[in-house]
Amino acid sequence: MSSDISNSGHNPEGGPAKPKAPPQNKPKFWNDPKKRSLLFQVLLLSALGFVFYSIIDNTLTNLEQRGITTGFDFLTEEAGFGIAMSLVPYTEASSYGMTFIVGLMNTILIALMGIFAATILGFLLGVARLSDNWLISKASTIYIETFRNIPLLLQIFFWYYAVLRTLPHPRQSMEFFGTFLNNRGFIVPAPVAEDGFGLVLFGFFVALIGSWLISRWSKKRQELTGQQFPVFWVSLGLIVGIPLVLFMLSGMPLGLDHPELKGFNFKGGITVIPELIALWFALSIYTAAFIAETVRAGILAVSHGQTEAATALGMSKAKTLRFIVIPQALRVVIPPLTSQYLNLTKNSSLATAIGYPDLVNVFAGTTLNQTGQAIEVIAMTMAVYLTLSLLTSTFMNWYNSRIQLTER
Amino acid sequence: MSHSQASDKLMVELRDLNKWYGEFHVLKNINLEVKQGEKIVICGPSGSGKSTMIRCINHLEEHQKGDIVVSGIPLNEDIKNIEAIRKEVGMVFQHFNLFPHLTVLENCVLAPIWVKKMPRKEAEAQAMELLERVKIPDQALKYPGQLSGGQQQRVAIARSLCMNPDVMLFDEPTSALDPEMIKEVLDVMIELATEGMTMLCVTHEMGFAKTVADRVIFMDGGQIVEENEPHEFFNNPQHERTQLFLSQILQH
Ligand SMILES: Nc1ncnc2c1ncn2[C@@H]1O[C@H](COP(=O)(O)OP(=O)(O)O)[C@@H](O)[C@H]1O
Ligand SMILES: [Mg+2]
Repeated sequence: MSSDISNSGHNPEGGPAKPKAPPQNKPKFWNDPKKRSLLFQVLLLSALGFVFYSIIDNTLTNLEQRGITTGFDFLTEEAGFGIAMSLVPYTEASSYGMTFIVGLMNTILIALMGIFAATILGFLLGVARLSDNWLISKASTIYIETFRNIPLLLQIFFWYYAVLRTLPHPRQSMEFFGTFLNNRGFIVPAPVAEDGFGLVLFGFFVALIGSWLISRWSKKRQELTGQQFPVFWVSLGLIVGIPLVLFMLSGMPLGLDHPELKGFNFKGGITVIPELIALWFALSIYTAAFIAETVRAGILAVSHGQTEAATALGMSKAKTLRFIVIPQALRVVIPPLTSQYLNLTKNSSLATAIGYPDLVNVFAGTTLNQTGQAIEVIAMTMAVYLTLSLLTSTFMNWYNSRIQLTER
Repeated sequence: MSHSQASDKLMVELRDLNKWYGEFHVLKNINLEVKQGEKIVICGPSGSGKSTMIRCINHLEEHQKGDIVVSGIPLNEDIKNIEAIRKEVGMVFQHFNLFPHLTVLENCVLAPIWVKKMPRKEAEAQAMELLERVKIPDQALKYPGQLSGGQQQRVAIARSLCMNPDVMLFDEPTSALDPEMIKEVLDVMIELATEGMTMLCVTHEMGFAKTVADRVIFMDGGQIVEENEPHEFFNNPQHERTQLFLSQILQH
């Protein structure tokens, strides 16, 4: 249509008619929507580029004035500070590079622990909220509404300052079966492998393979005879039983390094620091409330007709949940569940507030302060969170596409 | 037509059945006996309690007063009895309610395997046989979403039959279907009827009622208003409400 109008302006047969229509040749380029939007994009990009350039340039100049050279050489220098908790050997003499590794591993540890606990708790709460039992469903509702609506930082402070720091001093530790709980953390005996423990590990792997074979065999047998085999319990028996028997036979080749009170603190054993416990509790409990809501929404999204059809076929509530409701609910639950996992991982950086030595606290905190290599440190830290997020979403998307495929 | 099929064994007995939704008295003193092999068609205006009544039979709905006995098993608080009854009673819904995440074949073998503990091979063979009977064996590996409404309803019938039920309940099995698909489903139901299945069908397909029903029941306001063999029911309805209802239905 518009071409008709613009053509009329160039009409050669139009003649030299006096009341000439206003010239309708090409519109001014800032009135052409395409060029106009291109122009704005170019302007925006250059502005952005300029802002970034000034920030970086400014920082570089500042660093130079303070005598800090850019680059990643600092990573090999000695850090000179201690870290409260490390999954790999670390001392004050370790390098700044090691502080990155230690922080990274502590971040991954808390993220995995949190995701594990929040998922289990969240699923249980989500199902509980839909329970026919008034008490169970109300209790779950109250949990969800409470923990979802209290700021996470406050919850971390609660567990740390109100619960864990108020525990008794090491000398008055609470003791349960050789473990100790005090305001320095939770201290458990450390297992120490002795000669022959390899055999026990070997037995464990044999049991794992055996269980896998049994589950295949029982599936075959079900197909042929219809008999069902208690795969779960037998496997559990194998996985626990075989290593246990070997353990006994080889004369219990596992020593325990029992923690002992020496002076004002415990020596030996493994200490789970209160910062980790507080952060783990807070992150799990907080995120579980959100996961519960997505699980509930997922289950509600499965139409009532589905449950009715299964019930009419004689399926029990548990089997209906397992074969009909959960598989369909999962398709709805996975995408929001992914974003809860990402939130939990990112929220774990609140660790700084109570001094849990995660990546942000150790590396983007102490290391940055000591070295002043702001750009490198921040870039590395951001890259870590970005990578963790991408890995998580990639995995969840893969899982999601797998269960979506079964639909069609 | 198939009156001779009925034996004397009672498959479904409803005695003084009463049900309330809160204050609302939805079923009022329902009495009904269905013999083995009998085919009952239930009709009546929307909201008259037809669905509620047949859903009480396999305890999808709870009744508050009266007795229900299915295939000799009393329906009471005992969960074992409820399970036993559900194994004897198949149900077909208006909206098919197939499991969308499972193939047609898996829809058919799920309950036989997990409820009846049937070997998978045997369950699959039986499912294929029944899919053959409802004339869609070639769709076995498709998902419900890939089938037409008529095909889906035939799968739903096959799925129920896989549990070898003694009684089949149908709740308006054709009313969600496009007109051209109604016949294929009714044909399957007619075949099932001639094979001697005990059937309770809520339907307004009067042609079907005339062909297969031993008795037609008319419900209104939660009560059985009239009950007769089809010829008498259609040609000589006794109650005013039945006459009004039939005149509305048969106008089309
Ligand atoms: N879950 C329910 N809660 C309250 N009222 C209901 C419920 N289900 C059905 N009803 C009411 O019970 C009456 C009978 O319903 P229904 O048995 O479905 O009728 P029909 O199948 O004959 O159309 C209707 O008035 C309906 O509104
Ligand atoms: Mg109805």
